[in-house]
Amino acid sequence: MRNTFASLSAGLERLKSWEGLLLAILVVVVVNNAVQSPVYLSVENQVNLFQLFVERIIVALAMTFIIVNGEIDLSVASVMGLASCLLAFLHEQGLPLPAAIVATLAVGVIVGALNGFWISVVGLPSLAVTLAGLIGYRGVARILIEDRSIGNFPEWFDRLGQQPLLGPFPLASLIFLVLLVIAIVVLQYSAFGRYVYVIGNNREVARYSGVRVRRVKMILFVASSTIATLAGLLLAARLGAVRGSTAEGFELDIITMVLLGGVSIFGGSGTLVGVGLSILLILNLRNGMSLVNITSNTQTGVIGLLLILSVLLPNWGQDARSRWNRRRRAGPAQTTGEGTAHGS
Amino acid sequence: MMETIKRYLRPEQIRELSLVFLIIVTLIFFGTQIEGYFSGRTFNRITTTVAIIAVVAVGETLVILTRNYDLSVGSIVGFTAYFVGTQLANNNEIAPLAAVLLAVGVGAIMGLINGVLVSYGRVPSIIVTLGTLAIYRALLVNYSGAKTVTTDSLPQWLLDLPSANLFKIGGLDFRLMVGVALALVVIFQLVITYLPFGRRLYAIGSNPEAARTAGFPTQRIVMTAYVLCGMLSGLAGFMFLARFGNITVVAAQGMELSAIAAVVVGGVNVFGGSGTMIGALLGALMINTLEQSLIRWLQISEFWRDALLGLLILLAVATDAVIINRLRNLWARSGLQARPATETPGVQVLEEAGHDA
Repeated sequence: MRNTFASLSAGLERLKSWEGLLLAILVVVVVNNAVQSPVYLSVENQVNLFQLFVERIIVALAMTFIIVNGEIDLSVASVMGLASCLLAFLHEQGLPLPAAIVATLAVGVIVGALNGFWISVVGLPSLAVTLAGLIGYRGVARILIEDRSIGNFPEWFDRLGQQPLLGPFPLASLIFLVLLVIAIVVLQYSAFGRYVYVIGNNREVARYSGVRVRRVKMILFVASSTIATLAGLLLAARLGAVRGSTAEGFELDIITMVLLGGVSIFGGSGTLVGVGLSILLILNLRNGMSLVNITSNTQTGVIGLLLILSVLLPNWGQDARSRWNRRRRAGPAQTTGEGTAHGS
Repeated sequence: MMETIKRYLRPEQIRELSLVFLIIVTLIFFGTQIEGYFSGRTFNRITTTVAIIAVVAVGETLVILTRNYDLSVGSIVGFTAYFVGTQLANNNEIAPLAAVLLAVGVGAIMGLINGVLVSYGRVPSIIVTLGTLAIYRALLVNYSGAKTVTTDSLPQWLLDLPSANLFKIGGLDFRLMVGVALALVVIFQLVITYLPFGRRLYAIGSNPEAARTAGFPTQRIVMTAYVLCGMLSGLAGFMFLARFGNITVVAAQGMELSAIAAVVVGGVNVFGGSGTMIGALLGALMINTLEQSLIRWLQISEFWRDALLGLLILLAVATDAVIINRLRNLWARSGLQARPATETPGVQVLEEAGHDA
């Protein structure tokens, strides 16, 4: 028991220091960017910057739940693409836009239920199912749009995506704020949130403790796809035109945001605070790279590097910690004996 | 009857045989639907496409057997195709062998980076290769400076390579590149069946903890699997360059998905520990036959490709989870242990090899 507590508190400590590290890097990046460009810290610039990534950030909220739960959803970017393409397709076919939006959201729920069915009911690995989804849903989007680019949305729709709605904030940012509050309350302060962590820590233990594992996973995957669909709609509104390749590769950014935030890929640990910090860091880093004329493709490469480092560095930290502990324990022999006695 | 089947076949082999059966049914079906379907052209189109995918799929199988993934293969293929293409365009005098070795070497380095991060850095493979997928592609874009490799800048021997025949039976051309791919499939099938290295891939994939406890150098083996996967992807990059000639920065983008699809449809378990090279080849063959035939039959566009791939992967994973597990239970319950695994696939390889020749 004592061991569990010890490892738990060590984990918490590590997390705290990880978030501290993120904050430190964030400050360095922001200061550097502000020096590079005088308008950098202006509200407009910051909102604009946020707006460029807001769809991915919204999906990252749902992805945090999925990864904490010990699963992964690789299909989100394709679901975003499918949503925007389906909307454009339905609108092109003559459906009024509000009806098309509702229909697309309904399809998003169905897609999530499909993913959830294979993962929670049939019991297939989420990695394989959502990899199939990554390819398949993108394929459906391509069938609908082929190699065209469809725009011609009504003016109110484009304005909703591009113009500020309340103060400096466009609709997407407001939706993000609402979802953020909901996500924090649900994940950090509700019973459902505890279930998500417990399942991520140990699925079997959760099941024997009476947690309805299947239902939780089902809800998470439906939520993930629905939110990705919503994000796809917002993306269509912001871009004003969609293609078969819309949102392609976004899963890299989204998963990086979550993992860099200190959420363990093995599930069971991580907080939305960490994810929030990593989102800010990625945004400012990308913006900083744009300021010094680094192309977006290279930026993606840097994000890929960050993704790897976000798991590699904690591993190294853990190694160093355990080596340090071993050396300390190996020192005075008596302490070792006492420790074991207490532990057992 | 049932007992005989159980004695001589393992569930995995039944799966591969049903895939062969499915391919034959597909061929017969489209033969009746499409005029002039059984022609040298169809044969050529399918085999040359499969050849490149199969080489990547062999590498991917090595990695997936160890319960890991390599999502970066598409970027490795693209990078080596572009890199070697540029070198050849700048200097047409480079010997063919040197060009191949260059491609394999570049692939090996990229595979080594993946392998070190996965095995010694203990970073989950999906994270590492999702990262390197982006990094290698970014390297390519920076290296290229937005230029493309064009066919007319390449040496003549390279342009002749795709149409070089190994031999000809009736109207069917057996291309050299197809022969190379088949040879690699057979060689690596023998490696994973007979060599200690190969058996250890299965052991690690079945139970990484047990393999470590048993004293296998798991880290080194997993790293080797990644290096081999990188080398094979590099070779595939060379084949890609030879076949298409015009190489842009998006070359082979998404090929990792086709390769994984082939491997999974071919019955290689996504959780590692089971599967064969022959299976991966059959998977690639099945997917491409279906793809090429559907495009001609329904006049559907190539835009259907991804949707079809996704569906096939899902079906394959679902069948594996539901049917193969039942078959295994059936086998286990009857108390008839199939012959040792080291023996059975080998027999099959020799038969298949004989069949190919």
